[in-house]
Amino acid sequence: MENFDMSLVDWSRAQFALTAIYHWIFVPLTLGLSFIIAFMHTKYYKTKADKWKNTTKFWMKIFGINFAIGVATGIILEFEFGTNWSNYSWIVGDIFGAPLAIEGILAFFLESTFIAVMFFGWDRVSKKFHMLSSWFVAIGSNLSALWILVANAWMQNPVGMQFNPDTARNEMVDFWEILLSPTAIYKFLHTITNGYVVASLFVIGISAWFILKGRHLEFAKRSMQIAAIFGLVASLVLVYTGDGSAYCTAKDQPMKLAAMEGLYEGGNEQGLVTVALPTPCKKYGDDKNDYLFAVKIPYLLSYLATRNFDGYVPGVNNIIDGDKKHGIVSVEERMENGKIAINALKEYKTSEDKIVKDKALETFRENYKHFGYGFLPDKEAAIPNVPLTFYSFHIMVGLGFYFIMLFAVILFFSIKQTIDKKKIWLKIALWSIPLGFIASELGWVVAEVGRQPWTIQDILPTMASTSHLSVSSVQTTFWLFTVLFTVLLIAEIKIMIHQIKLGPKEERS
Amino acid sequence: MNLLKKIFKFYIDGFKNIDKLGIKLWIIIAIKLFIMFVILKIFFFPDFLNSKFDSDKEKGDYVIESLTKN
Repeated sequence: MENFDMSLVDWSRAQFALTAIYHWIFVPLTLGLSFIIAFMHTKYYKTKADKWKNTTKFWMKIFGINFAIGVATGIILEFEFGTNWSNYSWIVGDIFGAPLAIEGILAFFLESTFIAVMFFGWDRVSKKFHMLSSWFVAIGSNLSALWILVANAWMQNPVGMQFNPDTARNEMVDFWEILLSPTAIYKFLHTITNGYVVASLFVIGISAWFILKGRHLEFAKRSMQIAAIFGLVASLVLVYTGDGSAYCTAKDQPMKLAAMEGLYEGGNEQGLVTVALPTPCKKYGDDKNDYLFAVKIPYLLSYLATRNFDGYVPGVNNIIDGDKKHGIVSVEERMENGKIAINALKEYKTSEDKIVKDKALETFRENYKHFGYGFLPDKEAAIPNVPLTFYSFHIMVGLGFYFIMLFAVILFFSIKQTIDKKKIWLKIALWSIPLGFIASELGWVVAEVGRQPWTIQDILPTMASTSHLSVSSVQTTFWLFTVLFTVLLIAEIKIMIHQIKLGPKEERS
Repeated sequence: MNLLKKIFKFYIDGFKNIDKLGIKLWIIIAIKLFIMFVILKIFFFPDFLNSKFDSDKEKGDYVIESLTKN
């Protein structure tokens, strides 16, 4: 559509992606490390042993550095909503208002209050209350993540709302439907368990470094064992929640699932791609094969997407062209219906005649589910970046299974008390720290790139969500953020490395 | 009242006994919040609709107009 400046849209997207990616470096570590600290603190409470106190204090310090540097980086995303994405913010305003308000209250009362008790409370509050404070910090930070993830899930699967054409806002009609939608539940569980895996890899990696250096051996083994147990359990739950998320995606965002699998020609009895090389420059409707080579597990994609080994899974071509037999309306038809909805909305807003208005409103409501398609310039615009989504998804899944293996091996050698002799595994553990962050970021790439061209699935395309700003102002803030966040990240890494090198205070020689 | 006093004293004592790392982190937090809320928010991130319109009706009409322009 000619009234959308695609350069502005691209820069606004780049800016949002940049800030979200940086923000997400800090968050998963906070989510997971808070629980690992709570476990260690509980050990100290139960055993009264100083070794557990020292262990808890050390990781608390690392948690504090990450929390202090990362805190409020997410607020920048809210600035961007108001400035760069004003159409979107206005349209979703009523849906986001309640969850984000609850997030603010929970974050403020639980995290802020109990973090102070957690850090200042040694020997100054009762041991039980102090230990419970660590748990409240963990629960509080995870609960505050719930609300922003519920809001994100609503964009992927907009339920429990109704669009009010008088105010141009989606109004909440069922809070519980939004909160308890399967998309929201699986997104929340998948995201927080991902944080637990990232934090477990981090603790194991740092502990491995201490063992390799021959320093603080008992402290490192203790930390490693707790993290390996937590990481193994979390990574298994991650598989379960990932399966739930994919099932929801198959139902509500079939195009995203097709992109995740690089599947252009769908059908029944589809196999799941384990390793593949998608055909470069493959386009909708061409006669090239989907993959140059592919190793598939027969029937598994059909089963995961439909819970039926014979189930039908549409590919990109099927979704674009439509398939009446399977109830898929073609994108061209949806674009026509979307234009009807847009024109009906315009007529409703401009007409003075009540009969015309009522008729326009009825037409608008009938076609609202196609509304967003009316903005698409052509049917190919409904396809996300398939190679990026495919590779992000498969690397993330591959790393996920690698983490399960790593946690199991580390736990096995920890229990056998031979971990300090396994230099190769210790080195692998150390170098696996960044892999956790990479897998975590790739998960968001799958979620957010895979759902393009939508900010609200089928209702509002990204191109219609932006504010009418100058491209240069968005470019300026893009580079400002690049500098600000890079400085923060360097500060975090430097301070953390310094503290890690110092080691746990009481055991310092 | 006694409880409030105790809580207040708890926080004051906590900040008084903060170590070097804690001070460094609080300085980073303060600089970061200043950059975010005073520089970025005021000079680079005005709320687009609030800066152009006074009432919700005007904002809603503008959004619908921009969506249905063509």
